[in-house]
This record gives sequence, structure tokens and C-alpha cells, in this order.
Amino acid sequence: MLLSANHWISGLAETLAVNDLHFILLLVAAWMMLGFAGFLRPHSVRFVARMLFPAGALLCLGVALLAGLFLASGQVPQLVILPLGLPDLPFHIRLDVLSGFFLLLLGVAGAGISTFAAGYFRSGEGTAPALLGLEYHFFLASMAMVILADDAYLFMVAWETMALSSYFLVTSHHRIPEIRRAGFLYLIMAHVGAVCILLCFGVLQGGSWQFTFDAMRSAHFAPFWATTAFLLALLGFGAKAGLVPMHVWLPEAHPAAPSPVSAMMSGLMLKTAIYGMLRVSFDLLSIRFWQWGVLLLVLGLFSALFGAVFAAVQTDMKRLLAYSSIENVGLIFTGIGLAILFETSNMHLFAALALTAALVHSFNHALFKSLLFLTTGSVLHATKQRSLGKLGGLIRHMPWVASLALIGTLSIAGLPPLNGFVSEWLLLQSFLFTPQLPHAFLNMLIPLGAAALALTVALSAYVMVKFYGVIFLGQPREPSLVNAHDANWLERLGLIWLAAGCILIGALPQLVLRAVAPVTGKLLGDTVRSSSTFWSIAPIAQQQASYSGLILLAGILSVVAVTFVCVRVLAHGRIRRTNTWDCGYPWQTSRMQDTAEGFGQPIRHMFGTFFRMERNLPSASDTTPRYRIYIEDRLWRAVYLPIARGVQMLADGIGFLQGGRLSIYLLYSFLTLLGLLVFVL
Amino acid sequence: MSAISFFRQFVEVVLAIAIAPLLAGWIAQCRAWLQNRSAPPLLLPYRMLRKLFFKDVALATDASVLFRATPYVLFGTMVLAAAIIPSLVTDLPLARVADSIALVGLFATARVFLSLAAMDIGTAFGTLGARREMMVGFLAEPALLMVLFNAFLLYGSTSLPSLVDGYRTHPSVIDPSVIFAALAFVMVALAENARIPIDNPSTHLELTMIHEAMLLEYSARHLALVEWATSLKLFNYACIGFALFMPWGIATHGSDGAGALLIAIAALIGKLVIAGAALALIESLSAKLRIFRAPEYLAMAFLLAVLGLLVHLLVGA
Repeated sequence: MLLSANHWISGLAETLAVNDLHFILLLVAAWMMLGFAGFLRPHSVRFVARMLFPAGALLCLGVALLAGLFLASGQVPQLVILPLGLPDLPFHIRLDVLSGFFLLLLGVAGAGISTFAAGYFRSGEGTAPALLGLEYHFFLASMAMVILADDAYLFMVAWETMALSSYFLVTSHHRIPEIRRAGFLYLIMAHVGAVCILLCFGVLQGGSWQFTFDAMRSAHFAPFWATTAFLLALLGFGAKAGLVPMHVWLPEAHPAAPSPVSAMMSGLMLKTAIYGMLRVSFDLLSIRFWQWGVLLLVLGLFSALFGAVFAAVQTDMKRLLAYSSIENVGLIFTGIGLAILFETSNMHLFAALALTAALVHSFNHALFKSLLFLTTGSVLHATKQRSLGKLGGLIRHMPWVASLALIGTLSIAGLPPLNGFVSEWLLLQSFLFTPQLPHAFLNMLIPLGAAALALTVALSAYVMVKFYGVIFLGQPREPSLVNAHDANWLERLGLIWLAAGCILIGALPQLVLRAVAPVTGKLLGDTVRSSSTFWSIAPIAQQQASYSGLILLAGILSVVAVTFVCVRVLAHGRIRRTNTWDCGYPWQTSRMQDTAEGFGQPIRHMFGTFFRMERNLPSASDTTPRYRIYIEDRLWRAVYLPIARGVQMLADGIGFLQGGRLSIYLLYSFLTLLGLLVFVL
Repeated sequence: MSAISFFRQFVEVVLAIAIAPLLAGWIAQCRAWLQNRSAPPLLLPYRMLRKLFFKDVALATDASVLFRATPYVLFGTMVLAAAIIPSLVTDLPLARVADSIALVGLFATARVFLSLAAMDIGTAFGTLGARREMMVGFLAEPALLMVLFNAFLLYGSTSLPSLVDGYRTHPSVIDPSVIFAALAFVMVALAENARIPIDNPSTHLELTMIHEAMLLEYSARHLALVEWATSLKLFNYACIGFALFMPWGIATHGSDGAGALLIAIAALIGKLVIAGAALALIESLSAKLRIFRAPEYLAMAFLLAVLGLLVHLLVGA
């Protein structure tokens, strides 16, 4: 009986695995149908949010399941050519292990976000529900298509759909001018990036005018053209991922968007950029140079430190998380850089270790960053406040959100036994081998990168203590906060799903490592050694380093339980509720706690060179003293404003051509025609 | 994994829990002698713990579950760390659960929990302590990591039992980098354990305290657990230092008998006596730094560790 059931299941798995791609495409199409279905009752939040979004979440689960099955069993790339798009340019679609891994990520995190979103959207907020549903599901579908695309044409179509649908989602509260501005900045950066990617594909076709990825894989490039393609990809995907100095849109757009959208952008969309970077540099390009690795390493580490430092001084909870995304993307790029460095030095095992760290961190970041962005959504709905200076003490009014946010906080701070620690541990392990690199100076300098990494990770713990402490702990900083209500059951369900993922991967990292193994095997020809047991990992050798999240978690919990019982049995459990002691000081108000500014003060003090600061300090004789501090990114004034001015001047210059007289325009047409004739002849 | 190795694991954990307060008492005694005060009894910490366990908890009305759970979590992480660190024997069932980097992470978990608990009630001193503790923590971690990096370069492992075994099989390795790393480790250990020159464990002057400021609202059994965990943390740091720099007497893979275990216990107690006295001496000789000098101090620890690294790569290679 059991045997036949087993047989039946494996048979089903086989059928599914062979036709994985077809089923996934069906699910993607179903997402788009869900988007349109909203127009049946365009103004009903009940219909669109409470019915269509949970259906979308189920589709996410389906995608995750199929991708997981593919990674577990098939792994033979599957191809489909759809006769859509322009004539002679059909859509090439391919599912291989790299896209399988990122689809798994998209499905797992997307399921949680969609479930939360089902409970999140309220009537009368911004864009009409049907439109929102359309944009949201197209966003999901386009991300899946970016990951599945196997030719440059489809890739760009999906990439642009993704950019546009997310732009409309960001600006769903478009009546607020600030949000319109943030959306505009995002749109500009997205298109600058898209142009770079387009040019990159232009280089990659190598004169063959074949835009399928298959043709690009077989093309051979001179070092110069390969490097050009790599740099263009870095610019394009770096702009999407939020790598410094292309990060400026991120802290503007993420706070502007509704929370589920912020979660999707930060948790999932940034990962499509990581995917693109990996696809171009490890799959499409057949050669790599160690200098690329150094470049990625330096940019990644700098972004990570930059993001962490800026996150520490933020006073808006969603901006803080946005900067923390920059930090995490930096860590992922650091891993990719190390992988390139090791791979070009023929140290494939260590390259696999570094790439594993990057991929696992991508997965983890999708889980915990989505979780935290979603909790800010609940806080926002409950309190109408985004500013950290007006929150506090919510753990007493929102116990569900607070306890789930605590899991996210501990994960993102990189603390064992949760999942953030696993990837950071893997990354540190791969840094340990940098002294073996065959480059005389690099092998001495790069170990310092490990120190920068450790500083960043420890700083992110600081940031997250600030985030959690100021929002959920302490005294409420506004009297209205006592009316805060907890999240509704759909929101809770979404949060629980993501938090459970954080705990599960922290305890059993093998779950993700086994999904990553085929990817590193395919891209680098080696995989990290999985330990013999399922509950521990030892990426290189048992003697060298090992870690077991499950035993750590179980150990801590059992010691806690035993201690608790012992204390109760041997001593007592009496408790007396009293006033706060605070060294006997009787008059306490909530304003005596650290504000968000106050908590960030040591960082501002130490990393002062990172910021451009304006401070208004009250003088001693002020009757209404006000303390105000304004912190800005130096890159704004150093890079972006000059570029903006340059573009403005250029546009003014070109505007001279626009005389407004028909005869002049006819003259232009005539001259152009003449020029073209000369060119042709 | 024989029954005997589980027995030794049990002995190690129980010994750690039992003698950690004794180490605190010994340091306090040495400090008193060095500063010409009459010394408190050696067993005072135990009496304090006993007293605290039997008092009623006075809990602030606003305290949340997090505040009440944190003492247990702290104690749990520290006991688990004591089980993982090879203070007596290297062949432990739990030794492979976490390498030294994961141990640093475990300590960070404890630190974050304590900081969050300090912010829970929302007093000025609590948040001040939490902020300073996290600041010292994030500066100390890179330096500690560089020390572990040094050890990795010498013996090719971040796992403490492997390091001890490596040292015992190649005891002839005397590398100049070890001296730098050891200095850096001592500096980091002082900072992480809230000792002078970063913090003063016996101060209750509100404006200068770090660690104590976070404990102000704790009372009775909660306070007892936190204090016990704090002394366990010091014990754990000492044992990490022993494993890295003076692993003499620790029973390695080959030596299984009861004799080796007894020698290991004697060696551990001997090393703790010396280390405790040395700590008291350092604390008596140095003054507490201003809080904004802490970054300089920890940067120096970091640079020492980096120097060790460079010395090894230049000389040793």
C-alpha cells in the first residue's frame, strides 16, 4: 500500500519534472489572468484583495514546488519557444538550474507576501483595487519571465514590464508629491540601467546578430569586449540591485511604495538583478578575469558598509530597511566577486563556497527583508506613523507582529541559530581562503575584506537593535499608540510563513544548500561538500569548520527549559508588579528614552565622513529650543546633481533646435534625408 | 560517540556552570588585595546568587515577555557556548556544532537579547546602556574575527578542537603572529566582558556604565541568572583564549582515561587562577577610558590582529 503510494508519487513527480517548464508557464499565465480578473469587480477590495491575492499566493506556492522538483530531480534544461512577440523573433524560454533556484526564491517569498497583501490593502487607499491587482500580478509574472527568458529580446520585454509595473505600484499613492518624485527617480534609474543592459546584450551578440542566449554562450570574445560587456552588465544590474553609487533610488522608492510592494521590490526584484549578473558573468560570458572579481568585491564591501552606516542614522523605518537592503546586496555582490576571484585562480571548490554564500544570502534576504517590510506595513496601518520618533512600545499592543518581527530582526542581524547567520558564516568561511590566492598583494589585502565584512555584519546588528527597540520596545512616544491594533489573520499568516522560513533555514541550512548545489555545480563545476548528516553543514571538511543550527537551537531551547523548571522547582515563581525603578528617579516620560537620532549618534560620530550633515542646535537663550539634524548622502551633491545639471544644460542646448516653425522642421527632415542618402550611397 | 564522551561533555558543562561564579569571586578578591582593600570572601558570588534566587521579583508594570525571557536566553546561550568550547577535552559530542566564528555569533545573540531587554521598559539608562553595548560590540567583533583568522592561518581550521589538536601535534610552531593575536584577543576580551578600560563591572555611576546600566531593572532570580550568565561569559572567553593560545593540559583525541580528565581539570583551574589574577592586575593598573575613546582602543586591538596576520603572511610564508 505504502509502496504503491510511493510509486505513484514518484511517478507524478517525474511527469511534473519532465514538463516543469510548461506548468510554470501556465502558472505565470494564470498570474496575468488573475490580474485581469480584478476588472470583473474593479472597486471591490473584498473581491480583488481577499480572493484574487490568496489565489496568487497559491500560484506562488505552485511555482516554488515545481522549481523545487526541478532542482531535486530533473536538472536537464528545458526549452520552449513561444511564437509570440515580433515576427522572426519568437520568445525563447529556458528553465535551467540557475533559473530554477531563483524561481524557487520567487515562489517561496512571493507566497508569503501575496498572503499578507490579501489582508493589507484597504479601500480608499491610492490606486483602485483592480488596477493594483493587475500591476501586482504583472509584476510577479514579469519577474518570473525575466528569470526564464532565454533571449535578449524577451529578457528586455520582461525587464521593462517589471520596471513599469513596479513603477505604477510605487506611485499608487500618487496624490502625494513626494511619492511622485520618488517614483520618477526610480523610473529614471531603471531606464538608465535598462539601457546599459541593452548595450551589454548588444556587445554579447558579437556581430552575429543572434540574440538568443544560446548564441551568446557559444560566442568568443576578446578580453576587451568581454570586459566591456561585464562592465555594462554591472552598471545595468547594479543600478537595479542598488549597488553604490547607483543606489539613490532605493531609499526613496521603497518607503514610497505600499509595504507589500516594498517587500516585493526589496525581497524579490533586487534578486532578479543578482540573477542577471550571474547569468551574464557566469553563463553567457565564457571567460572571466580576476580583476572583475576585485571590482565586485570592492564595490560590494563598500556598498555593504555604506548601507549599514546609513541605515544606522535613519529615522524613517522603511528608509532604514531600504538602506539595509543596500547592505545586503553588497554582501551578495561580495560573494560573487570572491567567486570570480577564486574561479579565475582555478580554485573551484572555494569559488563554489563563495557563490553558495551569495546564493544562500539572496534566499535569506528574500525571506527576512520581506518579513520586516511587511511588519512595517502592519505598524503603519495600526499607527499611521512611519517615523521612528513617533513609535515605541508596540510589543504590548501588537504581540503577533512584534514577535514575528523579532524573528526577522534576529535573522537580518546575522545571529545564530537563524538563517541570516548561515549565509554570513559561509561568506566568512570563503574569505578565510583568500590568502591562498596566487596574487602577491591581493592575498594580503583581501583578508582585510573579512574585517570589513565582520564590521558590517556587527553594525547591522546595531541597526536592527535600533529598528526593533525603537518601534516595538520602550514607552509609546505618542499617546495615540495605545490604540494600535494587531494585524489581521491574513497578514499574520503571511508573516508566519516568512518567519517560519527564517527559522527552518536557520535550523536546517541543508534545505537551501541542496538547492544551491546544482547551481554551483553547473556554473563552476564544483559544489561544496555537504556534510553526511542532514542537520549540520561542513562546507569544506568536518575538521575545518562545521555548524549545526538545529542542534544549536535545540540546545538553547532545552537549556532554557531546564533552567526554567529548575528555578521554579528549587526556588519559586513569585512576582510583584511595581513601578519602574530607574535608579529611583520618579518622574519618567517617554521622551527620556533614546530617540532614533540618539541611538544612531555614535555611528554619526564615528562615520562622520560618510555624511553631509546640517545641524540646527538651539542656543542657551532659546525659549522654544528645537534640535534638528539633516543628513544627506554626499553622492547626491558630488555625482547626481552635477549630472542632472549637465542633462538640463544639454536639453536647453538641444531645445534651441525646436524653433516652433514648420518650415524649419521641414528643413530638418530634408537634411536628414540628404544625410541618409549620402550614407547609403 | 561513546557513553564516555557524553559523560565528559556532562562533566565539562557542570564544571563550567559551577566554577564560573568562583572565577568572578577570585578576580574580585585579587582586585581587593592589589588595591589594598580587605578582600570579600571567595564564595561571595554564590551567596549572592542564593539570596537573589529566593527573593521576590519586582517587575516593572510595563515589562514585556521579552524582558522576562531574556535572562533565560542569556543563560542558555552561555551554557551552550561552555559546552561547545573545549575547555577540558577536545573530543566532545557538541564540539562540532559551532566553530569559533559561530561562537562569536552566539555571543552576539546574547548581546542583542540583553540590549533589547534593556530597551524594553524604556528608561533613559536602559537605552543608553543598550546603545553603548551594541557600539562596543560592533567594534570588537572585527578584531576578534582577525584573531580567529590568525589562528586559521596557523592550523587551517576555525574549529576550536581542531586548533587544540593542531597545536598539540605540532607544538614546535612558534609564530610571531601568535603574540600579536594574543594581545589583540586580551584587549577584545576585556571590552566584551565589560571590564576596565572599557567598562567598570563594579561601578554604579550612571553616566559611565554600560553593562550595569542594562541590568538596572532586573531583580531577584532574573538578576541572578543574568549575573551568572555574565560570569559564564567571562569563563567562556577565558577558555577560548586558553584553547587558542595555551592549550596545555586539554585532553586530546588520543588520551581517553580518567587520568587525562583529572589533569585537564587541574590545568584548567591553574590557568584560571593565573588568568584571573592577571585580569585583576590589568584592571588595577589601568583607568577607565571615556566612551568615545573606546573606538580607538578597539581599533588598536584590530590593528594588532592585522599586524599578526601580515607578519605571518610575510615571515611565515
